[in-house]
Order: sequence, then C-alpha cells, then structure tokens
Amino acid sequence: MNGTPAIVATDVSRTYELDGVSVPALRGVSLTVAVGDYLAIVGASGSGKSTLMHLLGGLDRPTGGTLVIGGRDVATLSPPEMARLRNETIGFVFQSFHLLTRTTARDNVALPLVYRGIGRRERRARAGEMLDRVGLAHRMDHRPNQMSGGEQQRVAIARALVTGPSVLLADEPTGNLDTTTGQSVLALLESLNADGVAVVLVTHDREVAQRAHRQIVMRDGLIVEPTPASLPALPPAGDRTDAGDAA
Amino acid sequence: MRLAEAWRVALDALRANRLRSVLTMLGVVIGVAAVVALVAIGTGTKQQIERQVEGLGSNLLIVVPGRLEAGSAPSVSTLSLDDVDAVTRIVGDRSRVAVTVASGETVRAGSRTSFASIQGVLETTPSVFVRRLNRGSYLTRSDVNTARRVAVLGAGIAGQLFGDLDPIGRQITIGGVRFRVIGTFEQLGQSLGVDRDSEVHIPVTAAQRLLGTDRIDALAIRAPDRERIDTLGAEIVATLGKRHPESDFSAVTQEQILGVLGDILGVLTGVLAAIAGISLLVGGVGVSNIMLVSVRERTKEIGLRKAVGARPRDISLQFLLEAVLLTTIGGVIGMALGISAALLVDRLSPVPAAVTWWSLALAFGVSALVGIAFGVVPAQRAGRLDPVVALRTE
Repeated sequence: MNGTPAIVATDVSRTYELDGVSVPALRGVSLTVAVGDYLAIVGASGSGKSTLMHLLGGLDRPTGGTLVIGGRDVATLSPPEMARLRNETIGFVFQSFHLLTRTTARDNVALPLVYRGIGRRERRARAGEMLDRVGLAHRMDHRPNQMSGGEQQRVAIARALVTGPSVLLADEPTGNLDTTTGQSVLALLESLNADGVAVVLVTHDREVAQRAHRQIVMRDGLIVEPTPASLPALPPAGDRTDAGDAA
Repeated sequence: MRLAEAWRVALDALRANRLRSVLTMLGVVIGVAAVVALVAIGTGTKQQIERQVEGLGSNLLIVVPGRLEAGSAPSVSTLSLDDVDAVTRIVGDRSRVAVTVASGETVRAGSRTSFASIQGVLETTPSVFVRRLNRGSYLTRSDVNTARRVAVLGAGIAGQLFGDLDPIGRQITIGGVRFRVIGTFEQLGQSLGVDRDSEVHIPVTAAQRLLGTDRIDALAIRAPDRERIDTLGAEIVATLGKRHPESDFSAVTQEQILGVLGDILGVLTGVLAAIAGISLLVGGVGVSNIMLVSVRERTKEIGLRKAVGARPRDISLQFLLEAVLLTTIGGVIGMALGISAALLVDRLSPVPAAVTWWSLALAFGVSALVGIAFGVVPAQRAGRLDPVVALRTE
C-alpha cells in the first residue's frame, strides 16, 4: 500500500574503525522510505550516501540509532535473518551492474530465487517474465559480455525485481551509461515506481535526482537538505506496524 | 540454497576455470593414483606369498635349530638323521617326515654348467611338500639307505643343462661327483624369493657324503590334522631338546610364517601408502591455496550473492563443495590411473599387484576428506566476508 513505511531510520549513525581511528561516515540520519516512494539521495563523494544506501538495504548495520526494514529492527537480526530480509524486501541495482559473467541473462536474473529455495524450472520462468518486463525477452540466453551497458543494467534491474521487493535501491544506476541509455533506464525505474515499487536512487547527478519525487542532500554524513514538501504523509502508528509485518 | 543447486554452482565455477581446475586436481590425482597403485602392489605381493606358503603343502610344521626370535643369532644345526627316527616315533608315520641339507653347487652336464641349489632329502619329500614330477621317478628309500648318486632336477636347471634333450638316465656332476638323473619336477616358479626350479634333489645320505657332513639343516613334518599341529610341534621340540641339551629348536607352522610375513608386508604397505599419502596432502594444500585465490578473485561475486540473499553458510557451502568436487573428481581420476598402473605392473613386470575394493573406497574417502579439510578455511573465509567490503572490491 503506497505510503506505508518500508524502511525507517531513526538517528542512524555508522562509524568505521580504521587502524584504531574512528571515522564517522553517518552522523545521526533519520529517514523514512515509504512504499511507492521515489527518493533520490544526492551528495558528493564521501558524503555518506553509499553508506546510507548499504544500511537501508540491510547490507550493513548502524553503530547507533534504530533501523527498521520491513518492520524488523536490524539490530535484532542474525546474519542469516538479514540475508533473508534482503532477499525478500530489497532489490539492488549497482553502477557496475554486478552481473555474473559466466551465466546467461536469465540465470543472472534468477540468482536471488536460488537463495529462496525455488526450483530451477520456476526460477527460469519467473526470470523470463522479468526480462520480458524490462524489454529483454529476446536476450534471455545471452551472456553479459554479449550485451550493451544499457541491456546489462536492465538485466540487473530485472534481477532486483524478481523476488518482488518493496524497495529498489539503485546506486548510480546511470553512472556507467551514455545519456540516451541512462534516460531509458531512468524511465524504466519510473515505470516500476508507478507500479508501486519504492525506488531509492543514490546519485551525484542533480539532473537524475530531480526526476525523483523527493531528494535528500547529504554532506559529511548528515542530511543537509531535505525537501519534505513531496514526502507522502505517513499513516498512523498502528498501521505502520501492520504494514511492516506485511512487508 | 538447495544442495543440488549448490553442486551445480560449484561445478559451473570449476568449468569456468578448466585449466586451473585440472592443474589443481593434479596433486590429488597423483596422490590417489600412488596410494592405489602402491597398496595394490603391497596386497598383490602379500597374496602371492600367502599362495606360495600355502602351496608348500598343508598342515606343515618346520623344525629348525635355534630360537626364532628377533635379535637371536643363527644357530649351527646339531640335527642328524638319528633325530629323524626319534621324530618319526612321535609322528607315527615316516612318510610325514622330511629333512633337508642344502648347499649351492655347480652342476655340470657335458659342456654345460649351471649353479643349483642342492637339496639332500628323504624319499618322503613329495608326500610332505607339494612337489610334482614331470618325468621319471623320485628318490626311493633304497636310494637314501645306500646313498645312491641319483638326482631329480628342477624344471629350470633341467632346461639349462639339457635343453630339449630328455635328461632321464643322463649323467651330471655335482661338485665333481657324478650323479644319474632319474626324474624332473614340474615347473614351480619362486617360493618366498627362492627359485624352486633350480633345485636338485639327491638322497640326504649322498648329500652328506658330498658335503662332508653328518648334519641336516631342518626337519619338516606334515601333521595328521590341524588341531594337533601345535602340540605335535611342542612335543618334537621337547624331544629334540632332550637329545641335544646344548641346542635350542623351534617349530613353526605355516600360519605363523604367514602371520610374520603378513605383519611385515602390512607395515611395508602401510609405509608405502603413507609416503604416497604425503603427496595427497600436498595436493590438498594446493587445493586450499587455489580456493583462497578463488575466494579473493570472486570477492565481488560473493558480495553480490550476499546482497541478493545468500546466507553466510550458502557461500561457505558453495566454496566447500568446489573444493570437495576438485578432490573427488581428482580422486576418481587418480583411482582410474592407479588401477591402470597396478594392472600394467601386474602384467608387464614380475611384481604382483592386486587392487582391492577397500583400497579404492579408502582412496575415494580420503580424497573427499582432503577436500573438506582443505576447503574449510577458504569456505569459512568466503562465508564471513562483509558484503559491503566484498562489493567494493576492485
């Protein structure tokens, strides 16, 4: 249901210990990503936007504050539970696609379903449907090195969507693409968002960010420029819990 | 992740680096092949010796001077033909008692000479040991009693001295003394490293005269039944001890000989297998090394798999199965090579080899264990990788 919080970060911080020195990457960030949201996180290199994306995607845990993904506090989850949460709730799209070079587009898309214990036949069927959805029905049995950058990113998007996540996190999804291809990828993300998937874009490109419904600007591990005007209204607290459980 | 899927992923990963996979397997292949081949040779040798000892005859009891203990010095025989009568009284049947006095001598027939093992024996030898004649007849009691200079030739020495000629009735000289050939043995081959086909049997009395001695080297008795063999041995040793208080005697059965030889060969086979096993361990270290390299090379892949939902144990399992696949495929190839090597050795050399199912099962099991043992560390390392760090790796 649009507007239901999928991810809620409250005063989240992340500090790295590097050679005995504490390096704060995030310093008390609060953010809510709702179902159907289209959010851009903007910032220069080193601003903490990638760290925030890793936390929102359950790849990392905060060193301070509270982070609730899909209604579950990540502090209480074991590594296998975190893995399951990622598999069921989050879809990732990376700047460099991260496709397995030795497998076909279809098997790349089917990869998340492997870790859900789904049989090979069903995996391939669902991956085929997803590739069809991103306009690559004719490239299913091609390997990544036989595809253009735009096609590879579409495969990556199909892979992110195949488990039916509520949130799609895209880290510089157009960073390795030419302008035209980048625009088509953004159009695809927007159409997915229109279908109800929350999209969180991490980008340093203001033009890309402006296509989102709302933006947050980060600097030195802090959100410095929220634009809450376009933020969807949150439902009452009781509904949040229910929505979280459903997610 | 389902186990079948994990196997498929592991196999795909190995296929992606075929040459490296093959080279990594090589250590395990060589190790397993060496273990299988060497154990086969050890087993074949043991079986051959067992056959040879059993082929001497049944319920045999060998009585020799001295004590058969580790570290005891060889004893000079004090046994004589008089002792044979005493032993015969215990056994109750002269045909069950054989003696030997042996020496290596040059045998001549016309212009041909050969070195032979001269065995001074009683006429009872064929009824105690398994010894079949090819032609002619064996020694008689009369030959023994009169120290008649007659000889029965082993198949090998007969061929060397007479070629295609029939040796029966022809003359040979042993140590310059003339003997007449009255029979030849069937070909027998080797027994316990001794070429039985180069033996020449002559009456023990003639042998004593030829060698200038009144001693005999050893007695052999074929016991009436297996159950009595130990008590019979003890009785004979006790009797001989009374007759020769200054000497010790020992009685050994075929089982005891087989037991001692079996122990020695077992240790030898074990040592050979252990040496071969070292190369298997070295192969395992190679597998571990390559798996660590593989984890490093595929760090990004590990990060991606974790990002899309792989649990640490899914990743660990994938890498562990890769290591196990490497070593078990290497193990199967090594087993095939080891079996081929053993068969070749058995066919083309005098060394016997016998492949046993247990050695194959052991080799396969050990190769799988090597995969697990040497794959655990890389697999755990892969499973513990931080997904964020893994995804950032260049």
